[in-house]
Amino acid sequence: MPTALQTPVPDPPAPRPAVGVACRGIEKEFGSGETRTRVLHGIDVDIGCGALTLLVGPSGCGKTTLISIIAGLLDPTAGDVSLFGTPQSQLRGNRRVDFRARNVGFVFQQYNLLPSLTAAENVAVPLLVARQPRKRAIEKAADVLDAVGLGSRLKAFPNQLSGGQQQRVAIARALVHEPRLLVCDEPTAALDSSSGQTVMELLKSVAVHPERTVIVVTHDSRVLQFGDRLLEMADGRIVLDTIPPSHP
Amino acid sequence: MNWVAWKMLNGDTAKYLGAVFGVAFGVLLITQQASIFVGLMSRTANPLRDVREARVWVTDRHQQNADEIEPISDGAVHRIRGVEGMDWAVRLYKGVARARRPDGIFRQVILLGIDDHTFVGAPRTILMGDLADLRRPSAVFIDKAGHESLWPGEPLQLGREIEMNERRAVIVGICETSAPFQSFPVVVATYTGATRFIARERKQLSFVVGAPVAGVTPAEACRRIKAATGFEALTYDQFVWQTINYYMANTGIPVNFGITIVLGFIVGAAIAGQTFYLFTLENLRHFGALKAMGVNNRRLIGMVLLQAAVIGAIGYSLGVGMAVAFFEISGRVLPDLRGINIPWQVAIGTAGVVVAIITFASLMSLRRVLLLEPAVVFRG
Repeated sequence: MPTALQTPVPDPPAPRPAVGVACRGIEKEFGSGETRTRVLHGIDVDIGCGALTLLVGPSGCGKTTLISIIAGLLDPTAGDVSLFGTPQSQLRGNRRVDFRARNVGFVFQQYNLLPSLTAAENVAVPLLVARQPRKRAIEKAADVLDAVGLGSRLKAFPNQLSGGQQQRVAIARALVHEPRLLVCDEPTAALDSSSGQTVMELLKSVAVHPERTVIVVTHDSRVLQFGDRLLEMADGRIVLDTIPPSHP
Repeated sequence: MNWVAWKMLNGDTAKYLGAVFGVAFGVLLITQQASIFVGLMSRTANPLRDVREARVWVTDRHQQNADEIEPISDGAVHRIRGVEGMDWAVRLYKGVARARRPDGIFRQVILLGIDDHTFVGAPRTILMGDLADLRRPSAVFIDKAGHESLWPGEPLQLGREIEMNERRAVIVGICETSAPFQSFPVVVATYTGATRFIARERKQLSFVVGAPVAGVTPAEACRRIKAATGFEALTYDQFVWQTINYYMANTGIPVNFGITIVLGFIVGAAIAGQTFYLFTLENLRHFGALKAMGVNNRRLIGMVLLQAAVIGAIGYSLGVGMAVAFFEISGRVLPDLRGINIPWQVAIGTAGVVVAIITFASLMSLRRVLLLEPAVVFRG
């Protein structure tokens, strides 16, 4: 495996906990007054490093809300999330944004690649966000694209790539800055079976690392075999915490 | 991230060009109409500008502009010369006459009568003929645009005859003059010659023009002339602005041009604003992804402002370029638009308008971007 993906850069001083994500009493409500809706009901869960954790459940059960809170995109109504020993409630404004930029990678259902950037340029975006020089960022992006099997499509634009290839570019983009938390939202939902398998194999082989926590939200029962741990949600609660049925 | 913003903008060519041409069209409309307006208003004072030697203009005390003239008596020039502090003073006639070709075709013309001896107020650019020939009997100069108006399609030619007030005039010279407000041909004769071409009135002198001696300002000379003679005496600048202000206050020109300029602003702001807003809306998903990836609001604002600034700068350059091309071409093809160009004040003013349009468009877009929850990226 190329070195570009092997060594996530941790925040220097903090000791490395085995637990990457610790959720304590997470509640989330939307709306106010009579329209107030509670989406999450006191979620307590620890998610460790070095494993691929699947988060499953029916639509509307709160999966997306939970990963949004874990990734620092939403504030919980109550409770707190600790990422690698750093409570998110202690981070506000730009400090939280900077923390997210350094430590969290995202893979989206619809890829969200910028259509006017080439594959290499898209992958370089998180490095540009971290204010790395463009030339160096694109060089590193090229290395990571090579690692996900797209070394020959560096200059292809998203509309010149298949759905599976676009998702591989998105995975490369999520990993290029070596985040300690990788959050994937339905990464195979827009793909055919074969491409979905390829993407999950890629996530399993490239993303999972002893110092990285990987959470994959999915509806796709075909990918359950790739998980090391399965968290099932229903009505805003985690109702099952187990090892996936076909886990080797 | 500025580079990413630039690439995002260029990636959607249709919207990019739509916004750019929205601004460019607005700029063209505003620049062109404002320049014509300024040019027209400036033309009202062109008869004064062509008499470059004159620092002091003396007229009837009820006169309001350089075109509606209440004649004063010929002897006024001697009284002005006698005012302490005046260096020199001469007569100047300006009026309207009917110039008729031998075949009966006629045009209303502006008739200028310059001092017989000093030729103060004579045209500076002589295309054909010799100014000294003006002293010959019945001799006149005509401006080039006037010649083309009276003899359209024919080459410039000396020796042609016209008739004014049933008196024969011979064209001995062709000159350039600053375009007058009324777009009439300009015919120049000596003062004595000019008074022969007009219906006889008891008073015929339009203006006494002159200059004070060194050490006396024109304003002071005017004050002394007023006190000594009772005539209205104005400095060159005062008379220019009095004339321009008269036309501003007493014609519908400012309102008509003002409406078009406002329309240009509205059209520019609407097209550019809406297109840019739609561009931002369609990219909200990507802005959301960037937010999720750690781009803070300050950098997002910078990205949107950069995109808006690029659209504004290119749109402004294109619009002004098109306006320059318009005046370059129309100045050659349409004599009525000759001499009208884009004043630097209009160029700067239009730039200010573009900044306003772009600011408006940016604010509309930024509101959506700043209120965007980054979690929106998870909503497929």
